[in-house]
Amino acid sequence: MDEKSRRLSVIKTIRSKSNESKFGDKFFKGLVIGCSIYTIAMVALVIYALSEGSLPIFLKEGFYFVIGTDWNPVEGSESFGALPYIIGTLVSSAIAMVIAVPISIGIAIFVNEMVKGRIGTLLSFIVELLAAVPSIVYGLWALFVFRFVILDYIEMPLYNALGDKLSIFGTAPFGLDVFTAGIVLAIMIIPIVSAISREVIRAVPDSQREAAYALGATRWEVVKTAILPYGKSGLLGASFLGLGRAIGETILVTMVIGNAVGMSAIPTSLFSPSQTLSSIIANEFNEASGALHLSALIGLGLVLFALTLLINVGAVFIVSRVTKSHSNLRD
Amino acid sequence: MTYSKIFGMSILTLSVLISLGISSINTVHAQQVTINGAGATFPFPLIDTWRVEYQKVKPDVNINYASIGSGGGIQQFLAKTVDFGATDAPLSKSEFAKAVNPVHIPETLGSVVISYNVPELSSTPLKLSGPVLADIYLGKIKKWDDPQIKQLNPGVNLPSNPITVVHRSDGSGTTNVFTDYLSKVSPEWKSKVGTSKSVQWPVGVGAPGNEGVAASIGGSKYSIGYNELAYALQTKMNYASLQNKDGNFVTPSVNTTLAAAVAAAPTLPKGDQPWSNVSITNAPGKASYPISSFSYIILYKDLNANPSIDNQKAKAIVDFLSWAITDGQKFSEPLGYVPLPAAVVKTNQDTLGSLTFKGTPLLTK
Repeated sequence: MDEKSRRLSVIKTIRSKSNESKFGDKFFKGLVIGCSIYTIAMVALVIYALSEGSLPIFLKEGFYFVIGTDWNPVEGSESFGALPYIIGTLVSSAIAMVIAVPISIGIAIFVNEMVKGRIGTLLSFIVELLAAVPSIVYGLWALFVFRFVILDYIEMPLYNALGDKLSIFGTAPFGLDVFTAGIVLAIMIIPIVSAISREVIRAVPDSQREAAYALGATRWEVVKTAILPYGKSGLLGASFLGLGRAIGETILVTMVIGNAVGMSAIPTSLFSPSQTLSSIIANEFNEASGALHLSALIGLGLVLFALTLLINVGAVFIVSRVTKSHSNLRD
Repeated sequence: MTYSKIFGMSILTLSVLISLGISSINTVHAQQVTINGAGATFPFPLIDTWRVEYQKVKPDVNINYASIGSGGGIQQFLAKTVDFGATDAPLSKSEFAKAVNPVHIPETLGSVVISYNVPELSSTPLKLSGPVLADIYLGKIKKWDDPQIKQLNPGVNLPSNPITVVHRSDGSGTTNVFTDYLSKVSPEWKSKVGTSKSVQWPVGVGAPGNEGVAASIGGSKYSIGYNELAYALQTKMNYASLQNKDGNFVTPSVNTTLAAAVAAAPTLPKGDQPWSNVSITNAPGKASYPISSFSYIILYKDLNANPSIDNQKAKAIVDFLSWAITDGQKFSEPLGYVPLPAAVVKTNQDTLGSLTFKGTPLLTK
């Protein structure tokens, strides 16, 4: 009797627990579905708000809005084109990538392969500290301090030496231009790119390294033949993440890019002022006069959204191709 | 769910009860009024000083002013989410039509100075004329030793370095005044660029805010830019004297800006008329500094047009503005603002006298 009731109670508790866990499962499932719906709904709302807001400008300018170079907010003679800012965005981000990616991968290789242990940890800690600095601080530092270093030690010598021979150095430098913007953007994205690259390289199995060493490879050959090919897709992913940050960065770019408008915002050399999609929105949104001007700025937001989407899709495509060719290689 | 519902209901009831209690206390005792305004950043230090000083005059009136920019001020005014708006540029024709019977009350004056960084010109101030300034900003005059600049500055050893042109990158009332002046003195500027808070600059580098422009000029030799007078006075920048309509070279200051306003005062419209064409740049008069401008408070002629304004608040707004355009003006000069000339104060008083609430005049004399 006693024994029986004890057994019964045990069965009951198990049952109730299993019921509970069933409820927990359902609740968790609902929660996760809710989260993903929330994310998708947010993206949909952003697209809706941007499309609705930019409708007037697309009705007026049509496709010219994307390829036009004129930007005239004066009431009565309004005309808007986004091309200079698309170019400005791509050029400044490209400069940032050219500088940041090799340095970041270099840091990652150095920390993982050359100085394992305490010094490596310390170095990566210092690099990651850069990620904690808000971009406005980079912007102010660049505007008041770093700009003059770039101007006096990089831009002026290049302009004086090569200005009349190479057109990419052909503008008299002022320190507020795509080049400065690119360099400061590079400093800003190095922490994130190097942190991910470090993890990617750390994940390369030791068997790869050992195999290369066994064949008599030097340290550089190990990096070149074993580590980099194995981590290729991961390193690409890290770079694209950095690119995403560089393209969307606003306040830092506004401080140093020189904020030219319209045709003159298309950089003719590394040292000419320009403007990015996000910086012109930041500059003109507050005091946008007239409905069309406001609509044009929201339109730039839509263009930026599309650009980011394109780059992300491109990134996924490239990464998948690289992984495929890589696995073929292994087979 | 039910708990939170009950909780919410009880909070709601409580707050209704409290607010009823407060409003009943208010009608019996002190009449605490909060006036909310938003708009231009340019007059913010002055309006903020008024907020503090007016508390001493009328302790029961609070003034909130959010300096969100002229454009934002006009939008909030049109949406009737603030009790008054403030803007550096008068309402445009379309905005004026949209607002239905708004009034303009110029509450202070400012001017734009041409600042520059040329080491060779440290002792003698640079002299410029309107057309030359426009040509510099059009990119037609490229070097400091251009014959046209030389002609205006005889005996000054000008360097042959290229001129770096700096302008505001953010939309701003300062840019509006500056481009308004350039449009008046240069037909080419008017047709190619025009007047607006942000324009399509033919040349130059853009920097955000007065601070950004000042930093860009201060750090780079052979550059030129423009700043608000109040900002330039505080930061002791080098600034040029400009040739005015009468042909005199005038240094920007509180007095020369005031002279421009005095000269323009007879041409000003009444408060409830459209002000979209009002501009006191390139004003006549011997001592008038040519790049000057009013900054405006905007209200509805019948304050009842904004549903959040009741009779008591309407009276408080009109009383505050009557104080601001008279006694309040003495706070202008120490802050680098220009006090209103008597004729403009008179126009404003007429405007305030014409304001009504549900048809009843608000100002009792």
